Amino acid sequence: MSPTTPGRATVRKTAKLYIGGAFPRSESGHSYVVTDSKGNFVANASKASRKDARDAVQAARKAFGGWSARTAYNRGQVVYRIAEIMEDRRPQLVEAVRQAEGLNAKQADQVVDEAVDRVVWYAGWADKITQVEGSANPVAGPYFNLSSPEPTGVVAVVAPQRSSLLGLVSVIAPVIVTGNTAVVLASEERPLPAVLLGEVMATSDVPGGVVNLLTGPWRDTAPWLAGHMDVNALDLTGVAGDPEAAIAYEQAAAENLKRVLRAPAAEPDWLGDQGTERMTRFLETKTVWHPIGI
Amino acid sequence: MVKVPESSGSAPLFDYAPAPESRAVVDLSPSYGLFVDGVFVDGGGRSFKTINPATEEVLAEVAEADERDVDAAVQAARRAQERVWGRMSGRERAKYLFRIARIIQERARELAVLETLDNGKPIRESRDVDVPTAAAHFFYYAGWADKLEYAVPGRPDVRPLGVAGQVIPWNFPLLMLAWKVAPALAAGNTVVLKPAETTPLTALLFAEICQQADLPPGVVNIVTGAGATGRAVVAHPGVDKVAFTGSTEVGRSIARTVAGTDKRVTLELGGKAANIVFEDAAIDQAVEGIVNGIFFNQGHVCCAGSRLLVQESVAEEVLDRLKRRMATLRVGDPLDKNTDVGAINSAEQLGRIRDLAQVGEDEGAGRWSAPCELPAQGFWFPPTLFTGVSQAHRIAREEIFGPVLSVLTFRTPSEAVEKANNTPYGLSAGVWTEKGSRILWMANQLRAGVVWANTFNKFDPTSPFGGYKESGYGREGGRQGLEGYLR
Repeated sequence: MSPTTPGRATVRKTAKLYIGGAFPRSESGHSYVVTDSKGNFVANASKASRKDARDAVQAARKAFGGWSARTAYNRGQVVYRIAEIMEDRRPQLVEAVRQAEGLNAKQADQVVDEAVDRVVWYAGWADKITQVEGSANPVAGPYFNLSSPEPTGVVAVVAPQRSSLLGLVSVIAPVIVTGNTAVVLASEERPLPAVLLGEVMATSDVPGGVVNLLTGPWRDTAPWLAGHMDVNALDLTGVAGDPEAAIAYEQAAAENLKRVLRAPAAEPDWLGDQGTERMTRFLETKTVWHPIGI
Repeated sequence: MVKVPESSGSAPLFDYAPAPESRAVVDLSPSYGLFVDGVFVDGGGRSFKTINPATEEVLAEVAEADERDVDAAVQAARRAQERVWGRMSGRERAKYLFRIARIIQERARELAVLETLDNGKPIRESRDVDVPTAAAHFFYYAGWADKLEYAVPGRPDVRPLGVAGQVIPWNFPLLMLAWKVAPALAAGNTVVLKPAETTPLTALLFAEICQQADLPPGVVNIVTGAGATGRAVVAHPGVDKVAFTGSTEVGRSIARTVAGTDKRVTLELGGKAANIVFEDAAIDQAVEGIVNGIFFNQGHVCCAGSRLLVQESVAEEVLDRLKRRMATLRVGDPLDKNTDVGAINSAEQLGRIRDLAQVGEDEGAGRWSAPCELPAQGFWFPPTLFTGVSQAHRIAREEIFGPVLSVLTFRTPSEAVEKANNTPYGLSAGVWTEKGSRILWMANQLRAGVVWANTFNKFDPTSPFGGYKESGYGREGGRQGLEGYLR
């Protein structure tokens, strides 16, 4: 991967999962071969099992209370810190994206630029989304009444399959910046940018369990997450172009009435304006009433 | 607030003379058809009877819409949406909604009496809550029709979704209609609405109101019927938006039905709200709030405060005062203006309440009912509470949807939060304490869409309402409620 002294064997990295702030290999012990865009062997990535998915949900649930209770200012700082560490690891990210997506150096550079800037953009939303989405309601009576958005809980995300870094951060950042925690199924064929992002998370003040990254065939694990009774919402962006799977997951999600962000017909263009829907889809509105009087 | 005698005896100081509301204001037809494309038509299905639950008297025969009727209604709605309503300027649409609001006010007495006849709720509630709040919803959303560019932050180019299929419950027939129809129309959608089979009459009177308002044909269509009609509305491929209020079980099946389609959905489902009373609360006010929380509308309220969590140190006192207050509730003729608690909406619902109350007793909770004489005819259940309830009891977990309160205790605020949140539902909660910082802390901790502090069961068109978790998704009311009808 990286240039080294002739005759010296490089120390290769084992690609692991990222669950609860730790880097386990799959509980199943299974791995699968990852190749670059030309079909050359790059790594054996961990093949997450159903048990790994359940562990990840448990970790995400455990982290939810603390993460959602942080101040918006602090969450914004932490998400911004992710961008800082990404910037720090630029060469690695560029190389991983180039290799995974078959981009040339310039294109890979641009993708990483956008990915870092996207995280910065979302970081700024942390302490604004409540102001933009919330409301003070002029009720017809002697009551004080406010509505404010709150995170919905644990969000399971099937990440985009093609855009292995920009797409990935574009689905993770909106979920966590609003106070949710995430279990993310990374791109199946292009998992290594996600493995790197896990390492970025681990070193960027993101509490363990807030983001959990699973690699492997998402069709193995997605059904369990869609039907999991302790998952509150489901982002099916990565299921783009597979309506059968999307229907099955939506039906499974009905069991505990998960909020669902539906699968698009095709993977979106991640360079465009993101809007707020990826955040608002995973927010609840809480209205608090109190009488006014003396 | 009601003056309650300090003695524990339940005998009233004096008897109230009956104060019946006249039903002469209501002009009932022996039979009603469906309202499709601006006119009343016969239904393809069998007709069914709607009865007065307080007397079991048959009020009218109502047509049942079959799949072809639903299809005709959806097509009428589509035509109206594409040719007239969706194209009309917001400024014009607003005027129609204002007209409807005004006609509801003009015919308020008639609507209230009809609602009470068909539903069994006390006239005091239909007159003072249901009808005025329904009118207020049309007023509120009328004003949004020409301001849609301000409705969704960051999106000045919003458009209507198209045809909304709406299925509403029997507990607030006219109010739920207003919650659904007003924002849908303001946003430029047209609607096919299915009222509940036990309470269709005010929706059919609303159809007449649409005619009086000269609302273009097809903008509002009303298809009466039961579950099969509702399923036909939800599953119809021409429906772009499904809005449902009702049980979590039906909500689940709707979520399954719309899976893989482009249909947008809002679901307002069940609840098992905790009403939490701290030792420093103003106890008399809290008792009023508890009574209002669970016995308002016979407990037929999805956000009813059906679990009372009371701090151990004041539990005995609260229970004493609560029982004393409950003994003063006047149960009986819903048309009597003195009545507090009316009839259970249907024999079926009464059966469900009786079964669950029996389960509470069988599982060892202490049952106490207010001493009241129930009429011989009709469907009645006395205001009841269960003490010694634990979180494992079914009456603490399942929605009863009747005048039945489960009483639990707690010691610390954290324990109260833990118990309150220990439910798959998350629609509402109540907090009673004089300590402001505790109210705000509790409001933050509670996983519920509405938190009432030192009050309960307050509704207003400007205020978003809706649940967390299995209480459904989306909000109704306020700017947020409008978003569910915009693309």
